[in-house]
Amino acid sequence: MTGPGLDRRAVVARLLADRDDDLLVVTGLGSTAWDATAAGDHDATFPLWGAMGGAATIGLGLALAQPARRVLVITGDGEALMGLGSLSTIGRMQPDNLALVVIDNGHYGETGMQPTHTNRGDGGRTDLAAVATACGWLVAVTVTADPQLADAVDAARRQPGPVFVTVAVSADPVPLVLPPRDGHHLAARFRRHLGVAPL
Amino acid sequence: MSVGAAEPAWAGEVHGVLRRHEVTQVSYVPDAGLSALITCCRMDPAMSLVSLSTEQEGIALAAGAWLGGQRSAVLMQSSGVGNCVNMLSLWRSCGVAGLLIVTMRGQFGEANPWQLPMGQITPEVLRLCGLVTFEVDDAARIVETVEAAATMVFRGGSACAVTIGQRAIGAKAFAPADRTAADGDRP
Repeated sequence: MTGPGLDRRAVVARLLADRDDDLLVVTGLGSTAWDATAAGDHDATFPLWGAMGGAATIGLGLALAQPARRVLVITGDGEALMGLGSLSTIGRMQPDNLALVVIDNGHYGETGMQPTHTNRGDGGRTDLAAVATACGWLVAVTVTADPQLADAVDAARRQPGPVFVTVAVSADPVPLVLPPRDGHHLAARFRRHLGVAPL
Repeated sequence: MSVGAAEPAWAGEVHGVLRRHEVTQVSYVPDAGLSALITCCRMDPAMSLVSLSTEQEGIALAAGAWLGGQRSAVLMQSSGVGNCVNMLSLWRSCGVAGLLIVTMRGQFGEANPWQLPMGQITPEVLRLCGLVTFEVDDAARIVETVEAAATMVFRGGSACAVTIGQRAIGAKAFAPADRTAADGDRP
């Protein structure tokens, strides 16, 4: 789908702008991992290469383990839909340091651009922010235009959570920018960043 | 920690094992056989108890805990192991040290045939997913087995599962005629 919506790379770059060492980032697999890498690979970014549907709950485990740090999960609409139940789990736990941002292009971008259930043009009817609200998230907002983005970024980075943001982005293709794919390396560098001693 | 005279003694002792190993995140999808252990963990202020909407969330949660330097155990019934298969690629691909405690259905004395397809393949599935898997059928060996597994996980970094069989904890009775000699007080 070529059409309206924000530029995903610009949105993710703004989400990660001026990050300090206390911002911990988990991304979904595929496009959001490439977006975060395009904004600058970082030891405290954990990009998925699989485990679809797990990004939000990885973020929850991390948020519980590191209550003094902000945890920001950036994932796609397809990945979020596969873990929809985790929105309910997170609503129950109310982690005040967790934010989840969905970069919603309405498509499964890595597999041939099939429409997802958020895709209104295809008959999709799921309103992810409404789901988050219904699950008890403290903040849940939908961004469809640039003027709304600054407040949403501020909420995702700084406001007490759990914070849910979904951003309607263009489905136009963007270049691949790949993070390291060795999971042992990604986990080890993340733990080292936090000062976690090896076993 | 005592949770009542009718509860199995191993629950409090397994909770003690998790506590000594500094497990701070315990997640679960409930099973009657895990009820007492869940209650022990709920009463422990040192533990975050996370109720899951599906078992695979527990695998992801444990990976997040691992990244953040905490220790996690995931509790589930054998049927839930099937829900975890792809998510367990996270543990294997990233070297996550996680502990699974699985109470079995679909085994010795099972009166619900729908539990058999998953229950009969649970230990094999866990091993195929890369977990060192211990099958316990004797209630007297539950605590020592969880202790051994916890040591392998949290000292050695190996993902492990302990399955607790229906010979040890009884089969679920749907009607009086379903009850077996092995059946204890499992609701």
